[in-house]
Amino acid sequence: MSTTRRDALKTGGGVTLLALLAAAGWITPGNARAQAWNKGAFEAKSLDDTLKALGGGAPAQSKDVTFVSTPDIAENGAVVPIGVASAIPKTESIAILIEKNPNMLAANFDLPSGTDPTISTRVKMAQTSNVYALVKADGKYYVASKEIKVTLGGCGG
Amino acid sequence: MAEPMKIRATTVGDSTEVKVLMNHEMETGQRKDAQGNAVPAWFIQTVTATHNGRTVLSAQWGTAIAKNPFLSFRFKGGAKGDKVQIAWTDNRGDKRTDEVVIS
Repeated sequence: MSTTRRDALKTGGGVTLLALLAAAGWITPGNARAQAWNKGAFEAKSLDDTLKALGGGAPAQSKDVTFVSTPDIAENGAVVPIGVASAIPKTESIAILIEKNPNMLAANFDLPSGTDPTISTRVKMAQTSNVYALVKADGKYYVASKEIKVTLGGCGG
Repeated sequence: MAEPMKIRATTVGDSTEVKVLMNHEMETGQRKDAQGNAVPAWFIQTVTATHNGRTVLSAQWGTAIAKNPFLSFRFKGGAKGDKVQIAWTDNRGDKRTDEVVIS
């Protein structure tokens, strides 16, 4: 992995990259799938766009949304453990957003009643960034954020 | 066909903890190969967990989920001997379903 290639990726223009991705099969017809995948939300590039695509308005900061077993410093950006717990009653879904990734939305979990509003998984992070946990509870949106420092990026080889 | 998942489900009290380790490349579509061609994105898009036919978790994933994804969650109402089923679908339409007995 040379630095020039990385720079080229960054500066090469989002349009070219998007076109490449489309050509390479990123965008595939989703009709055959039983469960709809929220394409708009996953391809949104800013916090506002992602929120819009998820159907949420301005989320409220909440201390009831916490990160569990999540590191402050991740040595390897390719594998960053992230756990999110919500203490808000009637939590319906938890989404994980990473501010400086090419696409912010990493995952969205729908939690039926009876499932604990605690989720943990592992994500990739391109660089040091704020990570947001977006919780939807009783139709309202709540958010908490945490900065995770990455010493080695997870995107690109 | 993709490799099987590793699933563990244990019930403590009224809560069942499920841990899943999937085998998947989770290619982001950002990478380029040695010839400079973009490596197409290949990643799990949806994950569904069911217990006795009832959905206990459904998730939508993007490319930012790490390679060989790990997932852990808890739900209420599981009993020893019950079955928990995990199913995923990726963006190529590949599917995998695995089942485990709660211990």
